[in-house]
This record gives sequence, structure tokens and C-alpha cells, in this order.
Amino acid sequence: MKVSLILRTAARLLVPLMILFSVFLMLRGHNESGGGFIGGLVGASGFALYAMAYGTDASRKALQVDPRTLMTVGVGLALLSALIPVATGDAFFQGLWTELPGGVKVGTPILFDIGVYLLVVGMALVVIYELDDDGLSLFPRNGVSTPYVVGETEPSPSEPTGS
Amino acid sequence: MGIILAVFSGFVLALVTPWTTRATGRASGWIYSVVPAGITVYLATRVAGVAAGETTRVAYPWVPGLNVDLSFYVDGLSLFFALLITGIGTLIFIYAGAYLRGHHHLGRFFSYLSMFMAAMVGLVLADNLFTFYIFFELTSFASFVLIGFNHDEAASRRAAWQALLVTKAGGLALLVGFLLMEQVTGTLQISAILETGDAIREHGFYTAIVLLVIAGAFTKSAQFPFYFWLPNAMQAPTPVSAYLHSATMVKAGIYVLARFHPVLAGPDLWIWLVGGIGALTMLLSAWLALQYTDMKGILAYTTIMALGLLTMLLGLGTETALKACLVFVLVHAFYKAGLFMVAGAIDHSVHERDVTKLGGLRAAMPATFGAAVVAGLSMAGIPLLFGFVGKELIYEATLHFEPAMVLFTAAALLANVALVASAGLLVIRPFMGATNQLTAHAHRPDVGLWIGPAVLAVLSLGLGLAPWLLDVPILAPALSALMGMETAPYLAIWHGFNAALGLSAVTIALGVATYMAWEPIRTSAPFRSLERWLGTGLDNGYDHAIDGLLALARAQTDILQNGYLRRYLATILVTTVVAVGYGFGYYGFEGPVLSFVNVASYEWVLSVLIVGGASGTLFLQDRVALVTSLGITGFGIALVYLMYGAPDLAMTQFLVETLTVILFVLVLAALPALNEAASIGHRLRDGAIALAVGGMVTTLLLAVLHQPFNNRMGSFYQEFSYSEAQGRNIVNTILVDFRALDTLGEIVVLLIAGFGIYTLLRLKRTPAATADRSSVSTPTIEQVSS
Repeated sequence: MKVSLILRTAARLLVPLMILFSVFLMLRGHNESGGGFIGGLVGASGFALYAMAYGTDASRKALQVDPRTLMTVGVGLALLSALIPVATGDAFFQGLWTELPGGVKVGTPILFDIGVYLLVVGMALVVIYELDDDGLSLFPRNGVSTPYVVGETEPSPSEPTGS
Repeated sequence: MGIILAVFSGFVLALVTPWTTRATGRASGWIYSVVPAGITVYLATRVAGVAAGETTRVAYPWVPGLNVDLSFYVDGLSLFFALLITGIGTLIFIYAGAYLRGHHHLGRFFSYLSMFMAAMVGLVLADNLFTFYIFFELTSFASFVLIGFNHDEAASRRAAWQALLVTKAGGLALLVGFLLMEQVTGTLQISAILETGDAIREHGFYTAIVLLVIAGAFTKSAQFPFYFWLPNAMQAPTPVSAYLHSATMVKAGIYVLARFHPVLAGPDLWIWLVGGIGALTMLLSAWLALQYTDMKGILAYTTIMALGLLTMLLGLGTETALKACLVFVLVHAFYKAGLFMVAGAIDHSVHERDVTKLGGLRAAMPATFGAAVVAGLSMAGIPLLFGFVGKELIYEATLHFEPAMVLFTAAALLANVALVASAGLLVIRPFMGATNQLTAHAHRPDVGLWIGPAVLAVLSLGLGLAPWLLDVPILAPALSALMGMETAPYLAIWHGFNAALGLSAVTIALGVATYMAWEPIRTSAPFRSLERWLGTGLDNGYDHAIDGLLALARAQTDILQNGYLRRYLATILVTTVVAVGYGFGYYGFEGPVLSFVNVASYEWVLSVLIVGGASGTLFLQDRVALVTSLGITGFGIALVYLMYGAPDLAMTQFLVETLTVILFVLVLAALPALNEAASIGHRLRDGAIALAVGGMVTTLLLAVLHQPFNNRMGSFYQEFSYSEAQGRNIVNTILVDFRALDTLGEIVVLLIAGFGIYTLLRLKRTPAATADRSSVSTPTIEQVSS
């Protein structure tokens, strides 16, 4: 069965918006509702949606980075944001802020939030991609979906059985 | 300062040798022996002062809150043992350099050996119970890595495990004993405890303290029934056996008994337990030694015999007995370390240690032979050697022990007879007689292999001729510390014609006879069964004990870690309900009654959704329907958050719910389509658990809300969120600024979980990898059990 045209078309439009929205959520988090964790979840949902429409491989390609790298870099950035103040002689995790021309304030907590964002995206996608690679049927393969149908008891032939 | 250096230079050396041994090469042993030699010289400078009655104590606060100091105490007894350890250590370092020349892990070996020596020196000098215990455990650990040095051999690994488990078990008992001692005396400082006189003896904990301390000492010093680990420890390279298992480590248990002798000894419990078990160990192992043909086997059992003898003397506790104990510590260290090194030299030369296959080596190894003869004569207690002085004192001690003179004297006599025969086996068999094809091509050992035994032979001979040299500088201060009172012992080679001399003569005569009749004795049925029951028998007993322990662990793991998620959840939830319920039952419930007035209509709708979704999981059969039903509850709760002003929480909940549903569907699709519709009984049970948890949480919330609410935290964050953390979203400033360290911890957990999931899913995909893993992991268990 082919993947629904509506889903595929909608995904093309929605996924970039979701990713954009996730970054927006992350950045606004300091003052409004949002933050790295929420943003990360939205971002991961975007790539998950893309995987539903076009398959895991396409989604991986769209992501361009291995999600494991994202996780590691995320924690690394968070740690870095804690170490920068140490380098300047402040306490571990002391928030350092500076105002860019134009009134935009940036600081180490933002770096920390970016770290959280990357980690959450990476972590969620590792699980989703790996579960799919594990011989699942929700996401399409080669443009053909092998959806889980309610009540279906036979494993579909394309799945490796007994794994 | 000097003392700190004396203790820690060995640890420094242990850190250095792995990197420098490539450069020091063939001369490693000689070069590294400078460290123990230096410590020996330093300690020797202390002898005069200590003999004059001066004691030194250095202390550095370590954990001040718990009164744990890194403190050391130099008195007669600790100096006596420390000198022995570093003195013999010097010889062993030289010997090991020659014995293991060219070994590819020589650097590692010296590292372990130095670590051991340093731990041992620290142990005998320690003045705080915790310092003492830590060094005690360090010696066990060093012994573990040294016994298992040839870690590619299964027998070595097993022996190392066995020694570690037995001595560590005893070590734990010792720790508890120490804690009780601290309870009784109110101090952790050993030198202060020694001043408390009868405080411990008169306290109700006395029996417990004695039993626990003895458990530590007996396992460490290989007393019945724990001695089985020591013969197995002979798997270690011979320098290790010579050092750890004759002269020093096994004496750590003796040192424990000796150190606390002034405050523990005296009551009948001590005399009969320490003296009795010591005598039994001595007697059994002396005759077990004659069952073996491997030189190291004989040496191992005669070492146990010596340890039994020392323990017995400490149990008797008379002045003569304690003097005999100290003298015999030296006697034994000199001849036993010497003979171990001789056995190693023979092994090195002809690759054989079986006394029935050796012979005629005196021509090829003259220096070794000379040292062996002196050591053997000392071991047999022949006059004019140091061993004779020791044996006379032992007989004198048992003869003057009124309560059970005959019993202990007979035991000592019988054990010494066997010891004479063992000495013959170790010296006459390998060196005398004709050479055979095995020994004809023996090569001359180099100087490093015979210098140690030669020095020890000179000591055995010199102190045999002039034992009084020890009186004032060494023996008097050590004995005074051991007895807890001033005393002035003297040693002599000639005590006149007395009962002890007669017993010595009888011992030698019977010993020679036993040596002559060795073959028939060894193969006779009673002695065979002695070995079968108390030699290998105890060893097998250890295996059974370990197997039993593993079986117990497996059984409880099967119950608690059964692999069913639903059982884990049920266990956790029921436990929580019971624990909280007990709290309410005990303290009573104080709070408002649930009230349903003023509930808005949309709140009713939400509640119905949430409860309906949760109830649905109980009744629905299809998996996707179940997940959907659960999702309704989740989204409903998110709406509750939204309504009560927690938008961040609500958003997170929405997103998590969405992703959870996706993940659930993915996982469900991969599950085999089993017909696992739960029975009515299961549904009732699950429903009951769910109701109980819900009821518990509701009650808890009502009780909590009944308490006056302190909003200090809330107002703090409201006040400082923008001024300190530059953000208006309090939730976010808490997450990324105020409590960023917590968040860091959480994301690290997520990282680990992510990689864990990745690994698990990948592992499953490659069956070969799984097989590899299991074949790697199982031997660890076998090592312990087999």
C-alpha cells in the first residue's frame, strides 16, 4: 500500500515549520513558555513525521547528522556552558550574559538550553530510528508503507522474523 | 615525616616501576631494592630510641568529622614487624629481579610487590583503627593481584579469588570488631586503646569483639578451618610465596592478635580459642605437609604450621610464650623465606619442584645448597642455630602452661617432629644423592637467586650462636609492647639440662625416624584420608560454599529480577502503597474530606476523560486501542496542567504523549501477535493495584495540602528570576540556571539511556555478538566457583 498522498504532501510543508517552530520554542523559552526540552521534543516529532511519510532512511538523510552525535554534542555544549564561567574565574555554572548590539542578550544559559535541545532531539530520534530499523512496519520502505493494521496478526513478509 | 616517607615511598615506587622497568632491565631487582633497603636503614635508626623506651606518633587529620586520622605509631612491636617486612623485602626484591628476569610484565610485578610492601609497613605502623583496616585490606588486594599474577592460568585466577574472598570476609569481621572496640573505648587511636587496660575485657561486647577480631586474624593467617587458601596461593611466582606467604602477609593476622593482645588476651575464651585453634592448626598442617611432594606444597603447609604455633603461643599468653612467639616469628621468617627462595632457585634451574624427582643438586648449586642446609637445620631446630633457640622457648612455654601442660606440649612435640621430617625432605632430597637426568644439566643460578637465602642463612647461624644480641634492642621493646608492661627478656643458647632440652632431643630423634619412614607414612591410609578430609576436603568445601552462594544469588535474582516489566511495576507500586499506607496507619491521617461541591462542569468532563481512559486499559483487548486509551488519560492530564497555569508542563506533557504514542505503536508492531488477552483475574488484580495507588496518592495529596503551604521557594524565584537569571520564565530559569547542575545530571542520564537503547537494539540484531558476549561473561562466574 502506498503512503497516503495527503501525509506526504503535508509532511513536506509541516516538517520545516515544525523544525523552525522547535528552534523558536527553544529560544523564547527563557522568557515565555518553551525551552530546550520542549523544543527538542517538537524537533524530534518533526523528523518522526518525516520518517512516517518518507521512511527512516530519508529522515536520517534530512537530519544529516547521526542522532548519536547530536546527543553527545548536546551534552558537550551543556558542559561547555558550565565550564566557560570557570575559565573566566567565576563559579561552575555561573550564568554569564552579554548584550549584543541591537539589544539581544546572549548568555551561557542559552548555550546550555541548546545543549538540552540537541540531546533531546538526538535521544528521541535514536530510539525512533533504531526501533524502526529493528524490523518495524510503521514507516514506509522504498516508498511503500507496511502499516500496522488493527487486528492484523501475520507479520508482514518484508520483516525479518525471529529477530 | 620520616615515617610517612617510610610508608609511602613503597606506593610511589609502585607507581613508577611500570614505566621504568624497561630502562632498568636486568638490574631492576637490585635498583628497586634500594627503596626497601632505605626504609630498613631508616627504621634501624629508630631502634636505639625505641629500645630506650621512646615511642613516636605522627597523625594527620584525614576525616576529622569521624576522628579518622592518618596516623602512625612506632613502638617496639610495630618496629619489630616493620623491620622484618622491609628487611626481607629487600632480599625478595633482589631475588625477584633475578627470578623473573626478562618477564614481559616485570614492571607490573614490581609495582604490585612494592604496593604490597608499603601496605604491610602501613599496617604494622598504623595507629588508627581505620588506617589499620585500610592497610589490612590493601594487603589482601595486593596479595590478590600477586597470586593471580599469571592470570592466564585458571588455577592462578581461582587461587587469587579464593585468597581474596577468604581474607576479605575476615577483614569485614575485623572491621566490625574495630567498630565495637571504638564503641567500648571511645577512641579510634590504637595507642590510646592499648592504654585502656581492662575496659574491653570487662565490657559486655568482649566476646563479640574477640570473635570478630579472631575471625579477621584467622582468615588472614590461615588458621583452621580457613587455611585451605594458603597452599593454593602457591600458584603465585615463588618470590611472592617467599614474601607474602611465609614472612609477611600471613603474619598480618598474627600481628592483629599481637597488637591487641594487651587489651584482649587473658580470659578463658581467648586462651582456649586462640591457643586451641592454633595448636590444632599446627598439629594438622605439620602432618599434612608430609603428604606433599611439591617443595612449595610442603613449604605451604609448614608455613601454616608455623602460623598455628604462633597463634597458639599468643593464646597461652605467658611471658615465656610471648617471648617464644616473637623469637619464632624471626626464626620462621629467616628459614622459611630462605627455603622458599631455594625452592624457587631449583625450579628456575631444572623446572621441577617434586622432591621425589630431584637429587644431587649440591654440585650444581653450591651456594644455594649451603643456604638450604643452614635454613633446614634451623627449621629442624638443631643446636647452634636460631631455630634451636626458638624451639627451646616453645617447649619452655608449653611446659610452664599450667592449665593444660600435657596437651599443648604433646601437640608442639608432634608438630615439631613432622617439621624435622619436612626439613629433611626440603634439603636432603633435592641436594643429596646422585644426580638424575633431570638434575644433571642444572645450570648454576646467578647471584640474585642465592644472595637472599645466603644472607638469611647467615642470620640464622649468627643469631643461633649469639641470640643475646637481640635482647635489648629488639626483643625487649617488642615484648614490652606485646605484654603491655616493661620486661627485660634474655635469650641464651644453653639453658642447662632441662625438660625442654630433653624434648628437643626426642623431637630430633623422632623427626629423623619420620623422615626415614616418609614413603610408607605418606602412602598409608590414615594419612591419605587426613589429606582427603582436611586438605583437599576443606578446599572443596570452599567450592560448595561458593556454589551455594551463587545458587542463592541466582534464586533471589530469579524472583526479584524476573524480566517481566509488569511484575517490576507491580512490586514497586505495591511496595510504595504498603510503605505509605503504613505511615498513615502509624501516624494517622489528618486532612480534609474529599468534597465535590463547586466542581465546574468542564472539570467534570476532564475528570471523566482521565478516569475513563485509565479504566479503558483494564477492559480493552486490542493493543492499539489500549495505547489510545492511555493517551486519552495523558492528554487529559496535560489539559489539567494547562488549566491550572503550568503551560510549560502542559506542553511537555502533550509532546511526550505524542511521541509515546508513536513509540508505542512502533514497538507494538514489532511484538509477536500472541493471544495474550489477560484473564479476568489478572484484570481484577491490576485494577486493584491501580485503585490502591490512586487512593494512596489522593490521600497523600489531601494530607499534604492540609499542611500550611510555605511559598518561600516560589517567591524567591519570582523575585530573582529576572534579576539574577535574565529570564521571565521561572520554570526555564530554574532548569537552565538555578538548578542547571540537576538538569545536566538528567541529560547525562538521557544520554546514557539513549546509548543503552541503541546498544540493546543493535545487539539483538546480531546473534553472533550476543553469543560472544555470553562466552566472555560466564567464565567470571566459573572462576569463582570452579
